[in-house]
Amino acid sequence: MPEMVNSKIKTPDEFSEHLMFDPLPRGVMNDMVMESMQTTSWKFWVVAGFMGVIVLVCLFGAWGYLINEGLGVAGVNRPVYWGIFLVNTVFWIGISHAGTFVSALLRVFKAEFRRPFTRAAELMTTFGLVQAGLSIFMHMGRVWLFYFLAPYPNERGLWPNFHSPLSWDFLAITTYLLASTMYLFLPLIPDLAMARDRSKGWRKKLYRTLALGFRGTEGEWTHLRTAMNIFAFAILPVMFSVHTIVSWDFAAAMRPGWSSTIFGPYFVIGALQSGIAAVAMVLVIVRATMKNMKYFIRPEVFDSMGKLMLIISMSWAYFFFNDYLVQWYNGDKFTDILLHFHESGPLGWMWFMMLIFNVAIPWALLWNKKIRRNPTILFTVGLLINIAMYIERYVIVPISLTINRMPFTWRMYKPGVEVWLSLGTLAFFILLYMLASRIVPLVPVWEVQEGQMAHSLRKVGKATVPAVSELE
Amino acid sequence: MDNTSENKVEHKWGMVIDQDICTGCQACVVACAMENNISFVKEDDAGYGRSMQWIRIERFWEGEYPEVKSTPFQPVLCQQCGKAPCEPVCPVYASVHSEGQQINMQIYNRCVGTRYCANNCPYQAREFNWRDYERPTPLENQLNPNVTVRRKGVMEKCNFCVQRIISGEDQAKAEGRTPEDGEIVPACMQACPTDAIVFGRLDDPESLVSKLAKNGRGIKLLEDLGTEPAVTYLKGGSSYARNG
Repeated sequence: MPEMVNSKIKTPDEFSEHLMFDPLPRGVMNDMVMESMQTTSWKFWVVAGFMGVIVLVCLFGAWGYLINEGLGVAGVNRPVYWGIFLVNTVFWIGISHAGTFVSALLRVFKAEFRRPFTRAAELMTTFGLVQAGLSIFMHMGRVWLFYFLAPYPNERGLWPNFHSPLSWDFLAITTYLLASTMYLFLPLIPDLAMARDRSKGWRKKLYRTLALGFRGTEGEWTHLRTAMNIFAFAILPVMFSVHTIVSWDFAAAMRPGWSSTIFGPYFVIGALQSGIAAVAMVLVIVRATMKNMKYFIRPEVFDSMGKLMLIISMSWAYFFFNDYLVQWYNGDKFTDILLHFHESGPLGWMWFMMLIFNVAIPWALLWNKKIRRNPTILFTVGLLINIAMYIERYVIVPISLTINRMPFTWRMYKPGVEVWLSLGTLAFFILLYMLASRIVPLVPVWEVQEGQMAHSLRKVGKATVPAVSELE
Repeated sequence: MDNTSENKVEHKWGMVIDQDICTGCQACVVACAMENNISFVKEDDAGYGRSMQWIRIERFWEGEYPEVKSTPFQPVLCQQCGKAPCEPVCPVYASVHSEGQQINMQIYNRCVGTRYCANNCPYQAREFNWRDYERPTPLENQLNPNVTVRRKGVMEKCNFCVQRIISGEDQAKAEGRTPEDGEIVPACMQACPTDAIVFGRLDDPESLVSKLAKNGRGIKLLEDLGTEPAVTYLKGGSSYARNG
């Protein structure tokens, strides 16, 4: 049917909404990225200063108070021995997942829409993990002895207990932090070299050191490509294992509501749910506030992110239902009480809010292309998803801990100083990201250019069709 | 674990608590606190679920006041599980099994306060030092020199008054015999006015605790979890008299 085919034919102009078919010369893009990094308005410093104050007061101030007074100033009690600190840990590890997912998985699968924002996502991984690590240390009763968790030679001849999921956690998170930092750094090298050649003063010194003398020769590119390829494949199992191991902190315990075999994949998909939504939020903010970003981050990016969010929301709903069903079906008396407590206890509103924000709203909105392309709506949906995922972890940790097998000890949890420390980690994340956006080229120019070189438009008869060639 | 002489099972210690004759007087709770240097927690914290007691009296009743049918008391302490859920989860080996006494021990100066053990204890028998609690002046003279004073940030729990067990065992060893039944008595048993708590060697079939544990009224708390508790509760109704 020629009419139908005709109606799908796009003119060359219509392709130019895609970054890959709207190329600019390398030099122009370099200058745009450098300019976006160095153009800083007073509003930036106001927000950064405000975040800095929050970090000082809420993170370091409140943490000092917590260490000095003991965990009594937090809300943890018996039986809720784990509170918001663990919620924060799981939440931030979840946020950190998106960076690797977007960057490594989409790179492995050659998803082209990833190109302009892999860096922005990878930064989230590193900074999210910093918050997760801090939250774990806040949680410890004697944080000044944190090195007891590390396998180091000592006069007691004692190793950490490798039976404990917390030991696995410690190793998994350190591995992930190291691997993701290296994975952030490798694709950054060409951009650091680019920045080195286009800056003066302290920036020049900094970039010269960090760029490791990269000059862009064929040999250097070959090595870099090989290294990035190895890392992209190697970091994926690490990423999946980290959150699986975090879930084992719960799943390996003998508690109603926790000992669930589906927790591993359920946590991974939950991490992606909050992480992808957080990437979308960050992209909306970066696009709105930074110079020249409207060229790189286009509605097509939001469109693709919206689709990802929708798919992951559906997967999350499946795993949530699966987890619920299996727990309900096992028929344990206390699990049954706990499941009823989730939905009809004093904090039942949270449980329903979680389902509405995580499932109902994304499903109702994100199927629509116009809505997906609207940054404001996408940002709002992302925010709601993140609230819902925070609640999900809150339901799993303090709310589930309220119910145990000794009814005499059941007691509710009231957060104390944790609230301030949570705000502190959020502000610290934002502050680190803001400062990084001044120092690190936020768009991987070489990756965008590589994509633009690979994409071309061909004329086939009257039609213009996109063509993608393989570069590597 | 290696099989050096210190690490062999010397005795398996156990306890029997008769719920039918427990009056819920809390004498065991007080005696335990005095013996083991347990901190004094103020009202606010205690009301918020941070009371420090290695043994607690749980009350259960059926029906609404004034038609209350029964008021059984259930003293709950660490059950000294044979397969303790608190032990494998500790990342720093602060919660370990004493092979010689078959008791679950807490090593205070190794504990970093992850509180995983407390989460995983199905009996909620572990206590955490949420703060450095104040000990008003004359009371420091009351401290038991055989027991470590714990500071904030560490977990602690009942250990069957291990300081009494060890000194009793050493005494017996020095005299070239095994500890006699009733020679080693934890503070809670010593203070119990109705003799509802009986402590002794489970590996000795002739000991009172072994006989009571097998007398048909015995139940273990949450037995289906497979934790193999060393504490047996006797429960058979008020008409049932012990030893009769």
